[in-house]
Amino acid sequence: MHEMSLAEGVLQIIEEAARTQGFSRVREVRLEVGQLAGVEVEALRFCLDAVLRGSLAEDARLEVEHTPGAGWCMLCGMTVPIAAYYDPCPRCGGHQVTPTAGMQMRVKDLLVE
Amino acid sequence: MCNVCGCGQGETRIDGQEHDPPHVHDAHTHVHAHENLHADGAVHSHAHGRAHSHTHSGHDHVHDALHAADMPHAYDHPLGGDLHYGLGPARAHAPGLSQARMVRIEQDILAKNNAYAAANRKRFAEHGIFAVNLVSSPGSGKTTLLVKTIEALRGEVPMAVIEGDQQTSMDADRIRATGVAAVQVNTGRGCHLDAHMVGHAVERLHPAEDSLLFIENVGNLVCPAGFDLGEAHKVVILSVTEGEDKPLKYPDMFHAAGLMLLNKMDLLPHLAFDTARCVEYARRINPRLEVIELSAVSGQGMQAWLAWLTAGLERARLARQQNVDLLKRRIAELEAQLAAKS
Repeated sequence: MHEMSLAEGVLQIIEEAARTQGFSRVREVRLEVGQLAGVEVEALRFCLDAVLRGSLAEDARLEVEHTPGAGWCMLCGMTVPIAAYYDPCPRCGGHQVTPTAGMQMRVKDLLVE
Repeated sequence: MCNVCGCGQGETRIDGQEHDPPHVHDAHTHVHAHENLHADGAVHSHAHGRAHSHTHSGHDHVHDALHAADMPHAYDHPLGGDLHYGLGPARAHAPGLSQARMVRIEQDILAKNNAYAAANRKRFAEHGIFAVNLVSSPGSGKTTLLVKTIEALRGEVPMAVIEGDQQTSMDADRIRATGVAAVQVNTGRGCHLDAHMVGHAVERLHPAEDSLLFIENVGNLVCPAGFDLGEAHKVVILSVTEGEDKPLKYPDMFHAAGLMLLNKMDLLPHLAFDTARCVEYARRINPRLEVIELSAVSGQGMQAWLAWLTAGLERARLARQQNVDLLKRRIAELEAQLAAKS
């Protein structure tokens, strides 16, 4: 359940932003989670619910933006869409694909007051 | 009158409590304001953040939930005549009312861990420490392999060990029995070591210059993949008793690793494990993955593993030496400059 650590990471980011940007309440949290980030979004929601309780972001709405995975196929010499690390290149079927997008998980922005 | 919107009669109670009908605020928190001009000429303004519903004599409407930042706040009132002032990003117009605003963050959730990892990596580089992060599922033989490795290299290279487990110091005790310094990190409920824990463990351990540092992660083929500890390499250990499809089932870890050790090879005659297929699966996930087949018990393949370690240590030592040489040259240059000026 490393989603718990990630949820704690989200809270840390929020609390730091609250200090530097001067807000006391978070209404909405927008996350960006890549398809290849290895994050189970439902588990993350569950953990965030627990972690944010009693914090300045208690009851904040959670919006998760999913970014698609992509990789560079060495055989085709181009960027191709992939849904998982082990996905073969959809063009040539080869496995020489280096992931280039969809690995990130970020806090994008917050709706605060 | 309602002290939220100033419109009606009756007593206002906030905190989800009811105002006197016909005006009901369900929500007690107020993010944005809007002003309604009703057909009957009454004006009220109120701020709200959460779902609320209220009823007016002329018409009914329900606002549900917080609006998205870019979503226009519009509602077709049956009787018309509404004037919405709250269409801006904060959807508020009344001075003194709290304004909701968007704060851009654009920060990686793992940024904090990654910063600690970078600090660890810098420290390792400065001291010529070759750090490997040993990851596997529980029971793959990590600790036995580590003990055998230490026994083989003892006296040749300085070594230190960080042991990660949820509970007990049994593994660190096994390592200390070999005479090598070990620090046990108990993660409690945690499923992995993080870079912050490792930083503290390194402070306790004080690994020698030009030494090997083994970090034995919590037995878990999932979570440690995402947490950089500042190591030079993740080494994933897969025992042949586990099933050759594990690289496909737990791809993140095999993607993160630089080396796969296929352990317990001495048991292969008793199993239906297809080594070639396992390696093929692993390289589908990670085409650059190195593989060493070994058995900590029989000693098969141990030489290749030890050679891999000592080669890594040599690279770390050389990098440190080059850095030291670079600094010495810089000092010599500056001293020459200083001498020329004085």
